[in-house]
Amino acid sequence: MSLYYVQKLLYQLNRDPHARRRYEEDFDELLAEYDLDAEELHAIREPDIGLLYVMGVNGQILMHYAALRGYAWDEYIKAMRDGLAEHGDVRAGLYVTTDGRGAV
Amino acid sequence: MGVVFAGVVSHAPGITGRAERADPALRDALYENFYRLGRELKESRPDALIVIAAEHFANFFMDNMPAYCMGMADYYEGPIEDEQWLGISRVRIPGNAALAGSLIESMLAEFDLAYAQEWKFDHGVMVPLHFLTPEYDIPVIPVNVNCQGPPLTPLARAYDFGRALRRACDARPERIAIIGTGGISHWPATPDSGKINEAWDRAFLESWLANDRAALTSFTDEETYLEAGQGGFEIRTFIAVSGATQGCAAELYFYEPIPIFAVGCTVARVHV
Repeated sequence: MSLYYVQKLLYQLNRDPHARRRYEEDFDELLAEYDLDAEELHAIREPDIGLLYVMGVNGQILMHYAALRGYAWDEYIKAMRDGLAEHGDVRAGLYVTTDGRGAV
Repeated sequence: MGVVFAGVVSHAPGITGRAERADPALRDALYENFYRLGRELKESRPDALIVIAAEHFANFFMDNMPAYCMGMADYYEGPIEDEQWLGISRVRIPGNAALAGSLIESMLAEFDLAYAQEWKFDHGVMVPLHFLTPEYDIPVIPVNVNCQGPPLTPLARAYDFGRALRRACDARPERIAIIGTGGISHWPATPDSGKINEAWDRAFLESWLANDRAALTSFTDEETYLEAGQGGFEIRTFIAVSGATQGCAAELYFYEPIPIFAVGCTVARVHV
């Protein structure tokens, strides 16, 4: 289990066209190169954006993966709020919520 | 010649990416102040523009994270993000490797900054350039201050970085502009996106406008996190500009919280 490698994979997907091609062609082969546990693999594959948020994935990385997977901005915000309701508080990282309501 | 222009601006991706969802009056007033700063920047006839930014995992990751890094390339590209998502088309932006190399060499005498000869600009640089130099006709030298992956550089160190940068610039014959970009309080890309602590922002700006080094460097990261969110760590970019303009008067052109942009939108100039 490694938040570091979850974030590293998503960082590469966000910035590297070659990684994105591999995501499109054979995502499992790409995922196999990272030290990820079953919960992490599930959250990335689904994708479960709320669970990734609760795991502690930095929002500056996660928002682009959400967009890659077709989430509009409001859907991304909702997915994180749903994640808090379903999975509990953010477990690690800088992106813990304060009140979860925002202003939008 | 050295530093001929300085200022700070916000860089939130919503400023361009979610423009149509903002209050039109507030959005247009923000844009007009961006353009005003851009006109004045152009009038200062800079040979190069140093953008002190806080990037968001576009080029640097926790496998090798510099506290400070300066670009040393003859061109850059951006935005790294999806063009539609950000609302800015991808372009090539001129750099100035020779000038950057000289600045880095000079600064290394007192500051261990890293350098990069390859750099893809994210919204932290592209949103300011989109408004300030829309023709992308001024060579840019990017600087990144790590504000995303703790441990982070101390605030006093950010101020001193600015001072070292100023000394390096002033030893050069070129006319150099400096723009710092970051948020003040904000909770971007979280369920709290849109939350803004206006009182905290205005207190910070008061210290920033006065270039009050003691006040600017007095925050602990714990306080900043509680009052200004994880986005508040980006005050390091503003503080670096203060270090580069010590003793100079600053003027606030615009500050308004715009929740859909997820930040208190700021445009300010330092009279160097």
